[in-house]
Amino acid sequence: MDPVLLVASIMVSATPILLAAIGEMVVEKSGVLNLGVEGMMITGAVVGFAVAVGSGSPLLGFALAAVASAALSLSFGLLTQFLLSNQVATGLGLTLVGLGLSALIGASYEGVKAPSLPKLDIPVLGDLPVVGRMLFSHDIMVYFSLALVVGVWAFLKYTRAGLILRAVGESHDSAHALGYKVVRLRLAAICFGGACAGLGGAYVSLVRVPQWTEGMTAGAGWIALAIVVFAGWRAWGVLVGAYLFGGVTVLQLNLQAAGTTVPVELLSMSPYVVTIVVLVIISARGAAGAPASLGRPFHAST
Amino acid sequence: MKRRTLLASAALSLALSGAAFAQDVPKIGFVYVGPVNDGGWSQHHHESAMQMKEHFGDQIELVEQESVPEGADAERVLTQMALSGADLIFTTSFGYMDPTIAVAEKFPDVKFEHATGYKTAENVSAYSARFYEGRAITGFLAGAMTETNKIGYIGSFPIPEVIRGINSSFIHAQKANPDVELSVVWISSWFDPAKEADATQALLDQGADVVLAHTDSTAPLSVLEKAGGFGFGQAADMADYKPEPRISSIIDDWAPYYIDRVQAILDGTWESHNVWQGIGDGMVGIGEITGPVPEEVKAEALQMKEDIANGDYHPFTGPLNKQDGSAWLAEGEVADDGTLAGMDFYVEGLTGDIPN
Repeated sequence: MDPVLLVASIMVSATPILLAAIGEMVVEKSGVLNLGVEGMMITGAVVGFAVAVGSGSPLLGFALAAVASAALSLSFGLLTQFLLSNQVATGLGLTLVGLGLSALIGASYEGVKAPSLPKLDIPVLGDLPVVGRMLFSHDIMVYFSLALVVGVWAFLKYTRAGLILRAVGESHDSAHALGYKVVRLRLAAICFGGACAGLGGAYVSLVRVPQWTEGMTAGAGWIALAIVVFAGWRAWGVLVGAYLFGGVTVLQLNLQAAGTTVPVELLSMSPYVVTIVVLVIISARGAAGAPASLGRPFHAST
Repeated sequence: MKRRTLLASAALSLALSGAAFAQDVPKIGFVYVGPVNDGGWSQHHHESAMQMKEHFGDQIELVEQESVPEGADAERVLTQMALSGADLIFTTSFGYMDPTIAVAEKFPDVKFEHATGYKTAENVSAYSARFYEGRAITGFLAGAMTETNKIGYIGSFPIPEVIRGINSSFIHAQKANPDVELSVVWISSWFDPAKEADATQALLDQGADVVLAHTDSTAPLSVLEKAGGFGFGQAADMADYKPEPRISSIIDDWAPYYIDRVQAILDGTWESHNVWQGIGDGMVGIGEITGPVPEEVKAEALQMKEDIANGDYHPFTGPLNKQDGSAWLAEGEVADDGTLAGMDFYVEGLTGDIPN
């Protein structure tokens, strides 16, 4: 088995869930539980694909996928933040809306081919033996997703705005009493989460598969939600979780293709087993770390 | 005044719907495992259903339900369909077999047609296509076209239909190229484009340069187009990927069968049966052979199709051994339908184990 190709495939496979999960982590850090990740991803997938086909530019596709999914997530924001609807139910509704809407938009894009996102040609680094092909010959979105993890980590840890966001997520009443705009901040976080999910979806339809097929994200959004919990609401944890899950998934397919003697059943369930085992280890250490106000509605009068 | 109009219109609509009931055209239901525009399996069933509807026009009413998961959900959907007055329901995926049988027991007056299974009942027919005949031809082409001598195969679930396809492909790939190896990747899904794409990539990374798929989406072809290599249309022609990477295809044509069976409902002659039709009956078609396939290979493949169609050649003709080396078919002996229908073993030369 060629480790160079393996690592390269893992990076491609992990990127969509990494993007969606890092966005959802920020949303949950602000105290909002948005279960609509799957719906926003698939919307991003179809919009990104349609725009890339129409304009010939995959990057424009990614940009508008982010915008479209952010707009969709805003409907969730309005319902939950202003009308105080139940977040779980609204999030599930968002998933259903996204799946239906994407099928409607995508009907005429079945079988169409999208322009491909070029791989970056990084001087020096890309020419390094082994590591060059393994790590430095991907498309720009792979690096963007990694940069986003670093950015989110730094934002939450070092900036004042990040501190406020965490405060809102831990105790919206206190944050409100201090004069922070809880609802406005949460809306911004929801939009960010939507945009990230959209990018993740567009990565599936423009790079990983690349084509549009109805229902093509096939549950990736739910995996992203699980990874946020798995990560204990920490940016680095999200990175590890996404790469671990993506890695084991690709590894088991490669092991099968290479004809190993390990039973297929064990290989197929390995991504989930590994995830559960790590979850158990994490919770045994007692560091779950969910934001205290997660999923609780906020109204200034209460 | 207003209330009276409302009442009047309610009465009118009642009368209208009463009239609609009075016509009482047979209601034909279809249940699909994937979306009706998956580009493959479900889409082809749907299109065949539409052709059937076009054939009968207002003589029947068509109801369809897509993306129904196999298992408990299927039972609920089927019950719902039967309760809403369907006369004949086509359940178009292997995993609907037990739900179909279970629901059929509760609704003895409703007729069912289950695709690709083997269980039947008084009011349940089984119908299937001999896809393995098509697999013989695509397997032969795969063997002829591989340069690395390594063919990849994406399997969905280890059911007899899929295992027959793998065996048939391998036997005929070997006919074209005795050194050929075939590696199977099971993805435990009929429709998961991202996983199908990952599996294709994994097979390519492991040195395969032709990939056959027994899943429903066009994702494998999409990856092959980007990364290089050859593939085949599965269930549908997948003509969008002509002339390369798709170099041929296995096409299911269900329309004649659907028209036939619905006609039987209209005539009141419907009876439970178990049919298995192949290239000769027109239920399995081979798509145009395209791309850089050499002329003589193409001619040989078409000859094989011809021989299968008129019964001169059976894809499982001895001498053939099972994977463990034990004898299965003697020289010139052909496999019987019973063994084929329950096939749970690989033929000699294939590596790996069949998951249970």
